[in-house]
Parts: sequence; C-alpha cells; structure tokens
Amino acid sequence: MFTPAAQAMAAQLGLKQGRANLEAFAETLQTLAQADRNVVAVTSDSRGSGKLAPYGKALPRQIIEVGIAEQNLVGITAGLAACGKKAFGVSPSCFLTARSLEQIKNDVCYSNVPAVLVGISAGVSYGALGSTHHSLHDLAVLRAIHNLTIIVPADNTETRAAVRYAAQATRPVFLRFGKAAMLDVTPAGATFTAGRAVTLREGRDVAFLANGETVVHAQLAAALLAEQGVSARVVSLHTVKPLDTATVLAAGRESRAVITVEEHMLTGGVGEAVASTLLQAGLAPRFKMVGFPDEDTVTGAQADLFRHYGISMEGLAATALALLAS
Amino acid sequence: MTDRDLALKSLALRRRLLRLIHEAGAGHTGGGLSCLDILNVLYHRVLNVSPQTVDAPTRDRYVQSKGHCVEALYTVLADRGYFPDADLDTVCHYQSPYVGHPTRKIRGVEMNTGALGHGLPICLGMALAAKLDGASYRVFTLLGDGELAEGSNWEAAMAASHHQLDNLVGLLDHNTLQITGHTREVMANEPLDEKWRAFGWEVRSVDGHDYAQLTAALTTPPPKGKPLFVLAHTVKGKGVSFMENVAKWHHGVPSEVELAQALTELTAAEAKLREVHA
Repeated sequence: MFTPAAQAMAAQLGLKQGRANLEAFAETLQTLAQADRNVVAVTSDSRGSGKLAPYGKALPRQIIEVGIAEQNLVGITAGLAACGKKAFGVSPSCFLTARSLEQIKNDVCYSNVPAVLVGISAGVSYGALGSTHHSLHDLAVLRAIHNLTIIVPADNTETRAAVRYAAQATRPVFLRFGKAAMLDVTPAGATFTAGRAVTLREGRDVAFLANGETVVHAQLAAALLAEQGVSARVVSLHTVKPLDTATVLAAGRESRAVITVEEHMLTGGVGEAVASTLLQAGLAPRFKMVGFPDEDTVTGAQADLFRHYGISMEGLAATALALLAS
Repeated sequence: MTDRDLALKSLALRRRLLRLIHEAGAGHTGGGLSCLDILNVLYHRVLNVSPQTVDAPTRDRYVQSKGHCVEALYTVLADRGYFPDADLDTVCHYQSPYVGHPTRKIRGVEMNTGALGHGLPICLGMALAAKLDGASYRVFTLLGDGELAEGSNWEAAMAASHHQLDNLVGLLDHNTLQITGHTREVMANEPLDEKWRAFGWEVRSVDGHDYAQLTAALTTPPPKGKPLFVLAHTVKGKGVSFMENVAKWHHGVPSEVELAQALTELTAAEAKLREVHA
C-alpha cells in the first residue's frame, strides 16, 4: 500500500498499525451481538469475506444466511428490522448497492426501518478482480436516496465507533468498509459523532477532506508538505451524509486550497458534495477532487490503483503543491 | 362473521372502492376487485390484528406485495376501523398521507410497497424475527400474477423453505391478467402449483372468492417446517360485469356513467343476496 518513503513517514508520525476495518467491524458486531440477542447479521454467502466466520461460530442463532441473493438479503434485513431486530445486512458493496438498490431505497429507506447495511470490500478493495467487483458508484447512488446515514470510516477506531452508532440508530444506516490493513489515524481521545467530521491535523495552506481508506494518505501527504513549509489540514469526512457542512465551510474559509480525496468515482462522490457546499456558501477556494475518473479503471491491486490515480502520500503532496502554485 | 355477512360486506366495500377510485381519478380497479374477498377474509377471520394493537409485537403481519391494489387495502382498513372512512376521499390528493401505494404513514400498514417483488423477502425477515423470538405470530403477503416474473420472489421462495418458515404465508391473487394482457402471453408462469411445491412450499389452491375455502386454507396450519402458498383463483374486476376479465381495467378509472352502472350492478347483487337468504 505504501512506498518506503510513506512507510517511513508513518513511522515518524507514530501511526499505529491496525487491522482491516472489516475485521474491526466483525469483532465489534460480535461483541454487540453477545450482549444483545436482538443483534442479527444477515449474509449472502459473505460471512467469510465479511470476517464474520468467528461470529457465526460463536452465535449461530444470530446469523442468517440467505445465499447469493442480495435482493433477498436487503428485504430480509428490512423485515427483521421492522420486527424489532437490530439487523446488519452484510454483503460486498459492489453487489449490495447495485443489484439490491431498489430494496435499499424502498424496503429500508422509504419504509424507514432501523436496518444497517454494510458494504464490505468496498471501493477498489478487490483490485485486480475488476469493475464487476468495484463499488465506485455506491456513495453516489446512496447519496441520492432520502433517509440514509452514510458512514465511511477511516480506521479501526472510527470503524468500531461507527458500528456502535449504527447498532443504536433508529433510522437506516449504511457503513462502508475496505479490507486493507489500516494505520490508525484517529488521535487519542477523539470522539466519534455521526455527521461530525474529525479534524486530524490543523493547517492553513491547504485542506485535505478525505474519507475511508484514503485518509491515511492525506495524513502522510500533510506531513510531507510540512517538511516543505506547507501547512495542510486533514479532515476525516467519515459521514458522507449528512455532511458536516460546518467543517467543510471552515476548511473553505480558512485554507487557500481544498482537496477532496475519495475511493470513489468523482461523479457524485464526496468531492462533489463538498464542492456544492462551498459554492452555495459563496466560497471558491482553489479546489481539486482526487478520486477515480469516469473511465475504464486500469487493472491492478488496490495499492496500484491508488497510486495510479494519485491517492498516495507523494501524489497528494504533488497535487497540493501544483494547486497552490496555480 | 358468517359467509353471508362477509359477502354482503364485500359488495358494500366494492362499491366504496369504486367510488374511491373514481374520486381519486387514479387507482387499480381490476386487481382491487379481484383481491377484495381475500383481504376481507384476512382481516375478519385470519389475521390477529386490530386497530387497537397496531404496535403489539405479537400481532400478525400483513404486507401487500402487490402494492398497486392499495385502494382495496385502504378500503378494508377503514372498514375495520383503522381510520375514518372519510379519509378515503383524500387518497392520491395533494398532500394527503394516503399515497397511491401502501405507506407506513397509514395506521395498520406494515411496510411501504409498490415496486413489485419486495413483499415476500420482507416477510421472510419478519417470519425469521418471529422464529428468533419464539413468537407465534404469522406473516402474510399478497402477490400478483405479473409480479411473479420478478426474480426476487424466487430468491425468497428458495430461502423460505430452507429456513423452514412455516409461519409464512404467500397468497397469490391469481386472476391471470396483468397490465398488458394475459400473463400466459406476457410471461407464462404456469404451472404455479408445481413450481412452489418444487421450492418446498405447501401449496393450496382455492377459489379466491369463496370465503369458506379461503378461511380453511389460511387457518389450517401447514406441515411443520413448510411455508404455505395459497393459490387463490380470482377474477379480475370481480363483481362488475363489464370489468370482469378485461385487462384495460387494470388501472382503468370508471367514468360517472361507468361508476353508476357498476354501483347499480353491485346493489342489485346485494338485493339478490338478501332475498336468497331472507
């Protein structure tokens, strides 16, 4: 995932090596389910990819297998939620948010049941398996559906907090996780609140507004830029909807440039959400969206694709310098 | 409630349904008339529900998968006292909560439906919840013929028997017509009894306008571990001569003249029924 220079920077910053957010999710869910028999996981032959095999073994009555049938998975999750269960429907985001989009829209969001949908191995986590397995559309389509809180945690700490938030939410929630081992970027003592972004680093020249597995790269880029005398703010915009507009506007007002970073197609993603927020408030800082362009995605592992599209310490630092010089 | 009482009620509710659709200027007339007897039997003889217990965790659940026949559902719910009859005059009106498909905003409606192929998977979730809780409530959904072309039904059909959901009932309003015409011409779905049996369901075929048959099929428990599929043979547009088995009445809205003629026919049928039993 990281170049040797980025690894060295991570070590210099003292970023602790964590596990995959998916693993943190599964472990947290199991803890919650052990304490509350109403917590139920629903899987579509996805307990292995969802890291839920230990959960399934420990709590066989609280995991429901539906087979490879994502529409059914979402309908069942909605029905469980309507009858008092804290149901987590867990399936690869590429299938969950495309094949069963209508069930998400109607059975969960329109019916307003407190179901949790968990898009696993999201973005380009599946890397070289190709576009069938990528979910670079999911946030765009979900953002356009009313009544859904969308959370994309940056690290294990945010993941654990997001799962706990979702378990007690009274309205629909979508959680999006990748499967790469993550470095922990959340500062000690930071509190997680859905809808409120976390500022990981203050800075006034440029602000990186990122989410999910891209956040750590922004964090490393900010440190690299600091060595060159450029002050960069880093924000984890973990909640895509509702967006923390106050934090976005503060970044727009207080920085000369704003760069959004996302593991998503640029169309309809968090970059466009930030851009519209800034423009409607009359703010027009220098602005760049980093993510996946509207093109046939090149083949490669997630790390290859991140580097290819500039989601890396070096790539993001170069983008910031070019933007500030423009 | 006797069969005769139900028959009289159904005639009255058919008239109410037609007036509602005429006033709303929109609605699904043919399917509403074909499923009205099923709904009456459900709400008067089968479902353990009442306006006083809409939030009771142990209540039976009914989800109308063929959501487009919402006018029939609203009519039956109003008659059962879930909300005032006058509310029916607002269906589909500007800012009315009575949307043209089922919505949980309305007392007694369990889930928002309207897109086809959604009811059965939702009901699987509800039936699973009952099993997990060791609760005895049953879960019912009403499907339409054309709807069975949606693949999600068959995902659910497979999963229901896999999970041995003998507290789940799928009802088919089998009037053999859909918006374009005969289902056998649009997308043939027969033999339905064999298909559902092959998916592991207990299948019962009944006359969907016969209260005794419907009651027996819906109240006799299926074999342990088997979900129940009730194939209710119905007539689209049932009760109004010029609407029966005519596809254009799928969502045809009766004009003043047509409404008057339909009401006359239904009133005459009621008079005849009273005379026979007098």
